[in-house]
Amino acid sequence: MNAEINRRDFLSALGGGIVVFCASGKVDAQETGRRGRGDSQPQEISAWLHIGEDGGITVYTGKTEVGQNIRTSLAQAVAEELRAPFESIRMLMADTDVTPFDMGTFGSRTTPTMAPQLRKAAAAARGMLIGIAAQKWNVDRANVEIANGRIRSGQHVAAFGELTKGQKLVQTIQADIKLTPAADWKIAGQSIPKVNARDFVTGKHRYTSDLKRPGMLYGKVVRPPAFKAKLETFNDSAAKNLPGVTVARDGDFVAVAAPDHESAGRARSAITVEWKTEPQPSDRELFAYLKANAEAGEERDTLGSIERGLAEADQKLSQTYTVAYIAHTPLEPRAAVAEWTGDKLTVWTGSQRPFGVRGELAEAFGIPEEKIRVIVPDTGSAYGGKHTGEAAIEASRLAKASGKPVKINWTREEELTWAYFRPAGVIEISAGARKDGTLTAWDFHNYNAGPAGAQITYEIPHRRIVFHPSKSPLRTGAYRGLAATANHFARESHIDELAHLLKIDPLEMRLKNVTNERQRAVLVTAAEKFGWGKQKVAPGRGYGLAMGFEKGSYVATCAEVSVEGGRPKILRAVEAFECGAVVNPDHLRNQIEGAIVMAIGGALFEQMRFENGKILNPKLSQYRVPRFGDVPVIETVLVDRKDLPSAGAGETPIVGLAPAVGNAIFQATGKRLRSMPLAL
Amino acid sequence: MATVVELHVNGTKRRVNASPSRSLLSVLRDDLDLTGAKYGCGEGQCGACTVLLDGEAVRSCITPVSAAAGKKITTIEALERGGRLHPLQEAFLETGAMQCGYCTPGMIMSGVSLLSRNPNPSESEIVHGMQGNICRCGTYPRIVAAVRMAAAQRGSR
Repeated sequence: MNAEINRRDFLSALGGGIVVFCASGKVDAQETGRRGRGDSQPQEISAWLHIGEDGGITVYTGKTEVGQNIRTSLAQAVAEELRAPFESIRMLMADTDVTPFDMGTFGSRTTPTMAPQLRKAAAAARGMLIGIAAQKWNVDRANVEIANGRIRSGQHVAAFGELTKGQKLVQTIQADIKLTPAADWKIAGQSIPKVNARDFVTGKHRYTSDLKRPGMLYGKVVRPPAFKAKLETFNDSAAKNLPGVTVARDGDFVAVAAPDHESAGRARSAITVEWKTEPQPSDRELFAYLKANAEAGEERDTLGSIERGLAEADQKLSQTYTVAYIAHTPLEPRAAVAEWTGDKLTVWTGSQRPFGVRGELAEAFGIPEEKIRVIVPDTGSAYGGKHTGEAAIEASRLAKASGKPVKINWTREEELTWAYFRPAGVIEISAGARKDGTLTAWDFHNYNAGPAGAQITYEIPHRRIVFHPSKSPLRTGAYRGLAATANHFARESHIDELAHLLKIDPLEMRLKNVTNERQRAVLVTAAEKFGWGKQKVAPGRGYGLAMGFEKGSYVATCAEVSVEGGRPKILRAVEAFECGAVVNPDHLRNQIEGAIVMAIGGALFEQMRFENGKILNPKLSQYRVPRFGDVPVIETVLVDRKDLPSAGAGETPIVGLAPAVGNAIFQATGKRLRSMPLAL
Repeated sequence: MATVVELHVNGTKRRVNASPSRSLLSVLRDDLDLTGAKYGCGEGQCGACTVLLDGEAVRSCITPVSAAAGKKITTIEALERGGRLHPLQEAFLETGAMQCGYCTPGMIMSGVSLLSRNPNPSESEIVHGMQGNICRCGTYPRIVAAVRMAAAQRGSR
């Protein structure tokens, strides 16, 4: 069955019941860092919901589960509107042959975009069930009720399956379907545990890297010694004579497949390849390089006149901030299993963009997308790092060459070298304020890091925000929050610097310039919980705060830091977060806590080091990520706004920690750190 | 060194045919299809591959299979007994101590080993004992809570 299926055929394939299609209208253009086939065409159908003749409820969506727990939260949304028990909802996700096209799981779009569509589908299905019951029992629709998976009217009662049996009903939902307000939610809004959590604590869940197919070979790729290297000479005569070994080559791509990892490793060593490399920029010269290669850029938010704003200021300040390249380092490195059956290709891979990967495969092999099936098992994390299909293409090439299924598991070193990175960047800010703290001018220039989260909630009459794209020495792409971390770091550090110059409390400085009530609410909430202003100032101990908004969510973070022997340690972090109506409070807390922990890495130690096209620290012993001992006391406060639509929450909680910590380090030491990772 | 032909895994003797220098992790995963232990780094830095050798947590990705021959190997697959989860597995469920779950088996095996050495660890002893395991999703505070909960439950029995 294919996603471009004739809708009537859909029911024949599933054997009857009722089905509701979600018509999504136009697909939003989203920030993905990738453009390619399969990305751009608007698709009419975004999801569907089927209630079988046995009453089984299945939701089909192209979204992927990478640890953010949308398999749980989307099922909650459906159960809520269908008035069915949570456990009765089955989520069929991210399989390009059976789920409708989806652009990808990124940009915090699942909760604000996919969840409302599924809720509408469930509400429509509920209406259909009521209609069937009313007709069958010859009663008025208004007298039919649904609760907890049972349909009732007077003495009549039926399970879903008793009504869907023998039906072949298809409906496409209308835009104006009424949904249950968050204030009345009974299943959504609850802390329902992760679906299938038992499979994860027992080791039963099969990630892509755990899969096996009959006769499967293990693949290894011959990697060049540096980025942009071109293959000059190649000799595989020794390798291809090893038993069971297949060598595949296509341009600069050279790889081997063998019945086990060890033989594959031996075969790879037996290939001789010479590469032509070219000189490339190194990390020492990175920021000068990004400035030198910057474009004029486009102004994103311009108001008034910077010159006038600066002329009105009593205090002016110009500073430069930088952020390093960092790696997502998902604990499950890229992996794929590929299998050709005739001219049909099936690939299992951990990706946030199954349909995008299908497009990449179609392009790589010159075959129609209909001949390719991409299946994404629930994946060992991504954080924006798994938009692309490298491992899928590599495994498919080897599978084609060998005529057998092939698995590719990237090593950590490959993941830290050949994946893409969060962009590095330079941010220059010139700002001015009056003596009383009123901001008058804001001139903000971001080079290469990206525009996400550069917008401000400060009321500043004269402002200009410009993103200047540049030539990046390393390959870059999406990352949790993307540039919002860089832009929040620069902005919230700069505001803190101005506050100190003006001898105004950093909290007061912000409150003076912000009228947006959602922004003020999280700021005041975090400050109260933290006990802002009540701390005893002591040598080597500092307190910092930061705030911001991005992707529909508002955040404020306070940090307490100690500095001993030149080493900062984060002792406590308090974060208030508001993303509209909360769908699953415990999972939201889990995301906020996890984002704070991940943010510690970028704030204090993560940084790709590189020279002349080579990564110098491609191992976990060289690239330090946060561990147990780095974690402060974390307190989260959820500001639940049941009157507002739910926004995504996997990304924005990451943006506040670095500036809060930098500001705290300044208070503790008098040293202002303007480069991430922050080092004294 | 000789080929390893037998391993004692999860209470059962298993036939294998592995060259002695191969990693225990690859033999468990590829030859015996015990995929609960994960590859995360290949250098013993992340703990995703943690299994027990005679009750002691080891990084199976840097343990040659020859070093495991003749010892009792315990993997995550053996913790559930007769449909009943180990108290630490229960505690992980209770505290929601995971997101993507990829580190979870290794975390649990490290935690089981820690609790067997120290049945009532303090918070700093847990942090110290688990320092070699990485959760990239950042669920560390919940994992600490899970280990404490399992310790408390064992103590109360």
